[in-house]
Amino acid sequence: MPARTPLGKARTRLAALAGALALFVSACSTSGPDTLTLLAHSSFAISQSTLDAFTEETGVTVEIIDGGDAGAMLAQAILTKDNPIADVIFGVDNTFLSRGVAEEITIPYVAPALGDLHPFTRLDPTNRFTPIDYGDVCLQYVNDGSLDPSTLFQDPDGSRLVVIDPSTDSPGLAFLLATIAAFPETWQEYWADLRDEGVLVVPGWEEAYYGEFAGASDGDRTVVVSYGSSPAAEVVFAAEPIDEPATGIVEESCFRQVEFAGILAGTDSREAAERFVDFMLTPRFQEDIPLNMFVFPALIGAELPRVFTDHATVADQPLTVEPAVIAENRDRWIDEWTAIVLR
Amino acid sequence: MLQVRDLSKRYGDRNALVDVDLDVATGETVAVLGPSGSGKSTLLRVIAGLETPDRGSVSWDGTDLSSVPPHNRNFGLMFQDYALFPHRDVAGNVGFGLRMAGWSRPDINRRVGEVLELVGLAGAEQRRINQLSGGEAQRVALARTLAPAPRMVMLDEPLGSLDRSLSERLIVELGEIFARVETTVLYVTHDQEEAFTIADRVAVMREGALVQAATPEHLWASPAGVFVSDFLGFSNRFAAIAKDGRADLGWATVPVDVPDGPCQVVLRPDALVVDDAGNITVTVIGSVFRGDHYLARATTESGSQLTVSMPARPRPGDRVRIKLDPAGVLALVD
Amino acid sequence: MRISWSRLGRASLVLVPLGFLTVFYAYPVLSILLTGLVRDGSPDLSPFRAVLTSAPLLGVVWFTLWQAVVSTLLTMIAAMPVAYVFARYRFAGKRLLSALLTVPFVMPTVVVATAFLALLGSSSPFGINLNRTIWIILAAHVFYNVAVVVRTVGGLWSHLDPRMEAAARSLGATRWQAFRTVTLPLLRPALAAAAAIVFLFTFTSFGVILILGGLTYATLEVEIYRQTVVFLNLPVAAALAIVQLAGVSVILWLYGRYQRRREVELSLMPAESVAQRPSTWRQRLVVGSVAAYIGVVAVLPLGILVARSFDTGGSGPFTFYRTLTDGSGSTAFVSPLEAIGNSLWIAGLATIIALVVGMAAAAVVAYRTGRASRSFDLLLMLPLGTSAVTIGFGMLVALDWPIDLRAHVILIPLAHALVAIPFVVRLSVPVMRAVRPQLRESAAVLGASPARIWREIDLPIAARALGVSAGFAFAISLGEFGATSFIARPDTPTLPIAIFRLLGRPGTLNFGQALALSTILMALTAAVILLVDRLRLGDVGEF
Repeated sequence: MPARTPLGKARTRLAALAGALALFVSACSTSGPDTLTLLAHSSFAISQSTLDAFTEETGVTVEIIDGGDAGAMLAQAILTKDNPIADVIFGVDNTFLSRGVAEEITIPYVAPALGDLHPFTRLDPTNRFTPIDYGDVCLQYVNDGSLDPSTLFQDPDGSRLVVIDPSTDSPGLAFLLATIAAFPETWQEYWADLRDEGVLVVPGWEEAYYGEFAGASDGDRTVVVSYGSSPAAEVVFAAEPIDEPATGIVEESCFRQVEFAGILAGTDSREAAERFVDFMLTPRFQEDIPLNMFVFPALIGAELPRVFTDHATVADQPLTVEPAVIAENRDRWIDEWTAIVLR
Repeated sequence: MLQVRDLSKRYGDRNALVDVDLDVATGETVAVLGPSGSGKSTLLRVIAGLETPDRGSVSWDGTDLSSVPPHNRNFGLMFQDYALFPHRDVAGNVGFGLRMAGWSRPDINRRVGEVLELVGLAGAEQRRINQLSGGEAQRVALARTLAPAPRMVMLDEPLGSLDRSLSERLIVELGEIFARVETTVLYVTHDQEEAFTIADRVAVMREGALVQAATPEHLWASPAGVFVSDFLGFSNRFAAIAKDGRADLGWATVPVDVPDGPCQVVLRPDALVVDDAGNITVTVIGSVFRGDHYLARATTESGSQLTVSMPARPRPGDRVRIKLDPAGVLALVD
Repeated sequence: MRISWSRLGRASLVLVPLGFLTVFYAYPVLSILLTGLVRDGSPDLSPFRAVLTSAPLLGVVWFTLWQAVVSTLLTMIAAMPVAYVFARYRFAGKRLLSALLTVPFVMPTVVVATAFLALLGSSSPFGINLNRTIWIILAAHVFYNVAVVVRTVGGLWSHLDPRMEAAARSLGATRWQAFRTVTLPLLRPALAAAAAIVFLFTFTSFGVILILGGLTYATLEVEIYRQTVVFLNLPVAAALAIVQLAGVSVILWLYGRYQRRREVELSLMPAESVAQRPSTWRQRLVVGSVAAYIGVVAVLPLGILVARSFDTGGSGPFTFYRTLTDGSGSTAFVSPLEAIGNSLWIAGLATIIALVVGMAAAAVVAYRTGRASRSFDLLLMLPLGTSAVTIGFGMLVALDWPIDLRAHVILIPLAHALVAIPFVVRLSVPVMRAVRPQLRESAAVLGASPARIWREIDLPIAARALGVSAGFAFAISLGEFGATSFIARPDTPTLPIAIFRLLGRPGTLNFGQALALSTILMALTAAVILLVDRLRLGDVGEF
C-alpha cells in the first residue's frame, strides 16, 4: 500500500491509465531479484570488467542510474527516501554528507574493510556512509614559467582567476570552503578583493576549464579552480601523447573531497547491497578508480597507476572543514559569498 | 420522396427558414430559386443534416431523418465552390463516397471511370485538383456527388462561379445527366433561367419562407406576387387602381381580374409587341443587343418607362408603335 | 453502434491529451508543490512571504520577465526577413539553409556557449567582447529560437496568396503598407504562436543564463534549481515555481485572448505556387543577404565547432572521431553508435507520443469552440513554461505508484514529448482551422463519419503541420531539453549525455571528442530535418 497522501484519491483514478502503461513498462524493465541498482552522479565511472567480476562472484547484476550532478542526485535520494529508486547510492561527498546523514536516507553499515581506509576519509561516525575515494579540489595554473605558484592562493590576482559558483557546482563550493578553512576570519575580504580585481565566476567546472582556462581553451584566465588530478588527466587524454602536463597545481589551495557510498534505507536487496559496498572497497575496485574517475582510492595500499604518482597532486596537508560545520553554515556561506561576489 | 415540414431556423435575430413545407417526388427535379440570403442554402444544409432545424422535420419516404447524421442520409450535396479535396487526385475525390461505403478497390475504379465518362471527363483519374479549370472542377464535383448513387442529389449554385457561356452549356448537360441517372434532384440557384431550364418544379424563396412552388409554366403564367414576378425578371410593373375589372395605366387601360382597389399590373415580355398597327407610341431611350432581338428602354407619351423587345435595332429618339396583348397582363395584389 | 463509436472517438480526442497531461505533468507538479507547501498536514504559505519580501528574489522575477520579453521581440525581428525569403522565394540550397537554421535549437548549451564565446567573447575575431553581458544572453536566445519563428511563421506565410498583397499595391499601397496592412494581420496567428513559444523558452531559460550570463543574472528557473538542488529548500522552491507558473499563465491568458480576437479563416494556396525564383537584381539581393545572414547567425557558430572537432593540432584531422571508440572498458564509456542509437529511438518514441497526443489535442482545440477548448489549448502550453526542476523532481515523487516509473527509461521520451506537444499543437491548429468546413461537410455527405472525416480530410491536410512538428519534436528530443536533466535515468546515454560526460573530464582528447560528437549530433539533426522537409514536400496535395 502506498502512503496516504493528499493525492490518494487522484491516484485511484489514475490507476486505470497507469495500468495500460504497465504492460509496456514491464515488457522493457530489466530489474529482477538478481539486480542491484546503483544511484550515482554523472561522473561515476568504473571498468565494465570490474563490475562483471562482481556479477561473476555474486550472481548479481549492477544497474546504474544516472542521478545528475552530486547535489541533484542527493536531492533525488532524499525526495524518494520512503520508497527509494535504488539500492545503493554513490557519490555523496563531505560537503553534502551531513545532509545525507540527517535525512537518514541510508542505513548504518560497518564494512569489514573500514579499518583499512585512510583515517581522514572516515568522516561519518554513524557509518551510514562508507568512504570510497577522495581527491583534492585545487587551483590549477598554466605552468609556462610566468606564474609563481607560491603566491597564487595566498595573494591571488582576481584578473587571472576563474572560479566556480559554489551554489551550482561542487568544486566551487570546495574552493569556497578552502578559503574559509585557510582564512577563517578574513575570507570575506579575500573574496571582496578578488571581485574588485575582476575574478571570473562561471556556473560549472566545464565552463571554467573548457571555456575560460588558458590551459585548455581560448580563454585568457591562467588560474582555474579544478582538481588535483587534472594534470594527470591531461596526460592520459592528450590528443597527441605528451610526457609532461603544461599545467601545475597550487598544493596549499587544495581542499579535500571524500566521496561516500551508502545503502539506501528501504532497499529490498540489503544483502546484495552490503556485498556491493564491500566490493567497492576491494583492491580490484579501488585500484580501478583512479583512471576512471581521476580521484584517489580510499583504501590504504591500493596501487596507483604511474601517471597518478607522476602527475596527480594529493596535498600533504589539505584544507578541510568538518562536515557538521559545513552542514550548519553552508547555506549562509553561499548566500554571503553570493552577496559579496555576484550582487 | 422527400418531405419537408414546417422547417424553421434562426441565426441570432435573422430568420433563415420560416415554416418551410416542400415535397420532392422521387425522380423529380426541383429548383429552389431565390436571391442570396433567402435561406435556400440553409434549406439544403438542413436537409443534408449539416444544420439542425429549430423546428420542423425532414423525412424520406415517411421516415423521419432528424436523428440520422449526415453521413448516413445517403444524400449527395455539391457545394457552390465544389469543396474538392485538395490532397487527393480526381479519382480520389470521385471515389471518396464509394470508399466510405466500403466498396472494393476494383469496383471503385470501375465506377469512377464510369461516372467520369458520364460527366465528360473520361481518363482524368490521375489529374490533380489544382490543375483543373473551373468547368472541369465542376464536373469532378458532380461526378463525386453522383458516384455513390445517392437517393437524392442536392446542388448549391453549381454554376455560380462559372462564366455565362460555360454555365449555359453546362446547365443543358446537367439536365441530360440527371435524366440519364434518373435521380431525385434538389437544385439551388439565384438564376431563374437556370431554374426554368433544369427543373420540373421551381420553389421560390424569400427571407426564409417558401413563397411559391410550381411548374415553370405555371410560375411564368401566374407568379404569386410582386416578389416572384420581379424575381422572374418581369420589369414592366406599374402601380394602378383596379375598378370594375379594369385598370388605367395612364397610357393604356388593361383588363384585370382583381377586386377594386390598389393593385400592381405586370406586363410580361410577351404582352408588348412592336406593331405598326399598335395604338401605343413610345420613344426609345436606349437598347441592348440580345442576339435574336433587341431589348429597348422606351417612354410612353405619358412618361411611363417600358422595356420592349424589338426585332430591329432601335436608335435613341426613334418613335415606335406597339400593341398591348391582354393575354400577357397580370394583376397582383400584395 | 455507429454513433456510440463516434462518441467514443470524440471522447478519446479529449481524453488522450488530458490523461497524458494529468499523469505526466499536472500530477507530478502538484505533488512536488504540495511536498514543499504542506507542513504536517496543513498548508504553509510562509514561503510566499519569504519570496515576496526578498528584494533579490523579486529582482529575479523582474529580470526573468524583461529578458524574456526583449529576447522574444528580438527573435521575432531577426526571424521575419528569413521567414519572408523562405516563404516567397525558391532558390538552391533553401532546404539546407532551413535545416541548418534549426540545428542550433538542439545543440547542448555548453557546446554552443563555446562557439559563442569564440565569436563574441574575449578572443572575438570581430573585436566584440560581450561576454557576461545581457547582450550575449539576448544574442544566444535569438540564435536558439530564430528557427521556431521561421518555421512557424514561414509555414503560414508560404501558403498566403501573394495576390492579396498585389491587390493592396494596385490600390495604391506602398510595399511596406501592403505588408503592414495585409500580410502582417494575416500572419498574426502564427506570429502570436511563435512569440508565445519563444517567450516560454526564454522565460524558463537556464543554461544560457548560467553559462553566458556570468551569474550576475538569474532567472526564476535558475533560482528554483538553486533552492531545490543546492539548498534543498523545497518550500521556497515551490513558492518560486508557483510564481513562475503564475507568470506563464498570465502570458498564456493574454495570448489566448489575443488569438481569439484575431481568428480569421484564411484561404491558403500551395507553397509551390507562392514561392518564385528571384528574378530582379533587387530580389536576388534580398535572397542573397538573407542567406548571408543565416550564414553569420547560424552557420558560423556551428562551423567553428565543426572546424575545431578536426583541429587536433597535427595528429590527423580525424583523431577525435577515430578515438571515439576507444576506452570501451569503462561504464562511463559510450560508443558513439550506441549513443546515436539511443538518441534515435528515444527521439522516435518521443515524436510518436507527441504527435499522437498533440494531434488529438489540436483537433479538440481546432474544432471545439468555447471556453473549455480555449483553456485546454493554453493548458497544453504550460509544460513549456514550467521549470525542468519542478517537473523532474515532481515525476520523482509522484510516479512511483501503481507502477514505479521514476527511474524508468520510458520517462525520458515521455518528458521529451511533454516539451514537444505544445509545438505539435501550435503548428497544427492553424492548419486544421484553415481547412474549409465545406471539405468536411462534403465528406460527411459522402458518407464519412466524424472520426473518418478527421482521418480522411483533416489529418492528410494537416500532414504538413505534422511534418513540421514531427521534425521539431524529433529535434527537441535529440537535443535533450532541460525537462530530463533532473530525471534519474537508467544508463541509456544519448548523444548529449555522452557529450556532457566527455566534457566532465580534463584533457584535450575529451574536449575534442565532445566536439566530434557535437558535430555528429548536428549532422544527425540536419539530416532528420532535411528528411522530414522532403517527405512533406513529396506529399501530392498542397493547398
